[in-house]
Amino acid sequence: MVDTSRSPTESSGFSRKLAALIIIIYAVVTLIPITWIILTGFKSVTSSITYPPEVFFEPSLEGYVNLFTTRTRQSQEYLEALPPPETWYEELVRSREMVIAGPSKFFGRYANSLIIGFGATFLSVFLGALAAYAFSRFKIPLKDDLMFFILSTRMFPPIAVAVPIFIMYRKIGLGDTHLGMIILYTVVNLSLAVWLLKGFMDEIPREYEEAAMIDGYTRMGAFFKIVLPQATTGIAATAIFCMIFSWNEYAFAVLLTQFNAQTAPPFIPTIIGEGGQDWSAIGAGTTLFLIPVMIFTVVLRKHLLRGITFGAVRK
Amino acid sequence: MASIKLENVYKNFGKIPALKNLNIEIYNGEFFVLLGPTGAGKTTTLRIISGLEQPDRGKIFFDKDIMNDVQPAFRDTSYVFQQFSLYPHYSVYDNLAFPLRSPLRKEKKEVIDKKVTEIAKLLKIDNKLKNKATQLSGGEMQRVSLGRALVRNPNIYLMDEPLSSLDAKLREELRIELKKIQKDLNATILYVTHDHVEATTMADRIGVLKDGVLSQIGTPEEIYDNPNSIYVANRLGSPKINIFDLGKTKIPSKNKATHAGIRPEDISITNKGHYDVYIETVELLGAETVISFKSDNINGMILTQTSDTFEEGKKIKIALNNKKMLYFDNNGMRI
Amino acid sequence: MSEIKLENLEKSFDDFVAVEKSDLTIQDNEFFVLLGPSGCGKTTTLRMIAGLELPTSGKILLDNEDVTFLRASQRDIAFVFQLFALYPHMNVKKNLAFPLKMQGFKKSEINKRIEEVSELLRIQHLLNSKVSSLSGGDRQRVALGRAIVRRPKAFLMDEPLGTLDAEFRELMCLELRKLHNDIKATTVYVTHDQLEAMSMGDRIAVMNKGKIIQFGTPKDIYLKPKTKFVGSFIGSPAMNFIPIHHPVEKNQNKIVINGENYDIPQSFGGTNSPTNYLGIRPEKMFLTDKKGIPGIVFGSEYLGARKILTIKSEFGNFKVRVSNQVNARIGSNVKINFEPKSAIVFDGTTDKAIESRYIKLN
Repeated sequence: MVDTSRSPTESSGFSRKLAALIIIIYAVVTLIPITWIILTGFKSVTSSITYPPEVFFEPSLEGYVNLFTTRTRQSQEYLEALPPPETWYEELVRSREMVIAGPSKFFGRYANSLIIGFGATFLSVFLGALAAYAFSRFKIPLKDDLMFFILSTRMFPPIAVAVPIFIMYRKIGLGDTHLGMIILYTVVNLSLAVWLLKGFMDEIPREYEEAAMIDGYTRMGAFFKIVLPQATTGIAATAIFCMIFSWNEYAFAVLLTQFNAQTAPPFIPTIIGEGGQDWSAIGAGTTLFLIPVMIFTVVLRKHLLRGITFGAVRK
Repeated sequence: MASIKLENVYKNFGKIPALKNLNIEIYNGEFFVLLGPTGAGKTTTLRIISGLEQPDRGKIFFDKDIMNDVQPAFRDTSYVFQQFSLYPHYSVYDNLAFPLRSPLRKEKKEVIDKKVTEIAKLLKIDNKLKNKATQLSGGEMQRVSLGRALVRNPNIYLMDEPLSSLDAKLREELRIELKKIQKDLNATILYVTHDHVEATTMADRIGVLKDGVLSQIGTPEEIYDNPNSIYVANRLGSPKINIFDLGKTKIPSKNKATHAGIRPEDISITNKGHYDVYIETVELLGAETVISFKSDNINGMILTQTSDTFEEGKKIKIALNNKKMLYFDNNGMRI
Repeated sequence: MSEIKLENLEKSFDDFVAVEKSDLTIQDNEFFVLLGPSGCGKTTTLRMIAGLELPTSGKILLDNEDVTFLRASQRDIAFVFQLFALYPHMNVKKNLAFPLKMQGFKKSEINKRIEEVSELLRIQHLLNSKVSSLSGGDRQRVALGRAIVRRPKAFLMDEPLGTLDAEFRELMCLELRKLHNDIKATTVYVTHDQLEAMSMGDRIAVMNKGKIIQFGTPKDIYLKPKTKFVGSFIGSPAMNFIPIHHPVEKNQNKIVINGENYDIPQSFGGTNSPTNYLGIRPEKMFLTDKKGIPGIVFGSEYLGARKILTIKSEFGNFKVRVSNQVNARIGSNVKINFEPKSAIVFDGTTDKAIESRYIKLN
């Protein structure tokens, strides 16, 4: 009997199931490293370095404690002389024959990442939107050449100009500052932002702003009230790209920042315990580091999907 | 409301001329329709009046004031666009209130509320005010975009084929409503269309545009009965006027005319007819029947009200009403 | 060429019934129009005939051969889509040759057929042009050409003129009809535009909500609508409906409107419904000084050879088609009457027309 519930132009149930299976396998394979990092964060230091690696283990928060604290090893007598530990993490540290000396630098580095990541993203999207609008709507002399020039700034790897930037930043006092990093990431992101957003703005009918201008708004007013809300999809997509770049950038961060403005990526791998890398603390740091950008992407993804079904334009 | 005058207006886009020496005056309280095919310069005219486009030469007057250097926002016109209807991220209410909230007007909340409800009632969309613009049907969307124009009392309403995307029934309905609203408000409207039915049914006066040049201005009756050229004659009427090449038919010429035109309703099927033809196709349109006929030296269309049955391929005799015959010279101009 | 027969054809999508059990025979050489508002199931019906959609139950016969479950490509049917589905990267000739190449025709045969078709459609001069450089009407002609070059058993067209502007549409209607007269191919044409249906169809099936309500010649459907829906869907402007506030009995030949008696064709049926409707076409109504329904002229639309008046009365708005000589100022008081011979009574509860001396239903 022929299945009449579907159109003959659609794919069959079997091929759809096969497609789903392939996608699931692919997702599992790509998720293994991330899963391993998250699991490592919940291992004790000892079980994080056992060989062969443990897939099943007793979960521990040692990595997270180590991430947020600095500790010193003490003799048995010293530890016994101390009053009993007040908190669960003090107890955990003492069971390793250590005491907490103070907080680690992780929190500050994490905050730096947030400030610089969101700052650079906001600035890239904002400036990019203004420039894209101008390129999309106005007659600009040498428009195509300018657009090509903007794109050409991405034709070499940014790190190729790392040394000149390093020298320049030191001369003008932007080295190891939040502002310096925000400016740098904005510059790198901007060409992508302008190109992406111009594409989206070209799709918005001019009549929208023209109607607003006839209705008594300035061009600026029309831009903020009409064009920006219409470009939500493009802005969300651009913001995600900019955010991922600024959040993950490593090379410039290593080179240009040390104390004040150091971001999390150069910091996390330098977490060292006794006898080498503290893998469970690194796992914990990386897990925490993944969270903001994941939330950011999930929140904006709604706009990405909404943009597709949106629009009251008749054509 | 104001009267609008365009004086000797020229506009080129690159090397392509869009308007060539356009002179129009639209009187206060008039429903003026610009009729012409795509590319005739209709939309350009609207954009020049609204200030979205600058003319290369010529003057634009609102009453006695020259408006050439005035920004669109300060010209105080309303514009209904063809290819867009509403701001999708706003509700119907906010769409209607948008012009009133502009920095130029900044109306009080109560005033906005009153005007928006008033217009919404007039256009029968008052039950949809809270809907998102995207939750409306095509007809409702177009009502809202008309509403957004009507919520103000501007110098002139500019409308660019606002009904063209709607289905036939809705178009018919909105045509009558729009004409009624215009009469009630005594509004000045410049309405642009390629649809001759919209033009004749709504206009006080029609201007026929051809390649950026105004061919003829007049009331619908004047233009239908007395077109000044073959081009204008072809623009009005459905089915189209029959144009005969006098060199190829038996129709007697007059004053060196090379072509003669006659409307399909002025040809009758009668045994006393002078021309033997056969029926090619029969279109039964309900109240009327359109017959296309053919013979060796004459072919054309007949519009008849009779409910007789006609057979394709059958031979008939036809008579032309000589009193209604229009004569044209070899440039297509009326003699 | 061929005959298409639908037997008990039904299609549902989950709970939604798109096409209710329908029987229909489309005769050989016929130009058949499926007409109805959007969502009435006309496109689904057409897609089932084409093989793009499989019916839930029922049969489709093409020349008495059961093709219900054959693939679209095995049915020898040409489908002309709503949009100009031409290949933009090929020129006109290649577009026309494409369906033939797919079927493995010889080159000489392909050239012969293209020549034939381009002559028929008067597109010989365009054969080497790019599709993107063509005007809307020419593109549509090429699309038609690509359909007929295969000489299929039947043509299926889904609103092929929907995207054209009014002037072009009129022209193309005539072209299509002439083409049909020339090649006499069985054609099934789907549209929501009653004017297209009336001007081209040999026969029309009016659909609504998945059901075929009436089918017959344009003249029958226009003059003798079986239901109020058909009356209001066909005709521009639509049929006028005057409410009658009393039941209608068998053999009755008068009805009461506004306290006055009006003649109607002697009715063969009757209804107990307390409210019924009298349907009258706009051209059968007229302005009068004598007995009539009072109203006010609300709109007057000049259409060259005629004029459409909109009259507002306490029974609703009426459209009256008058000659362009009639002068009725907007806002003036008038009375309207109608020619009794062609009035149709519709049952207020079932919406169906009641048989009378004028209208006999089968």
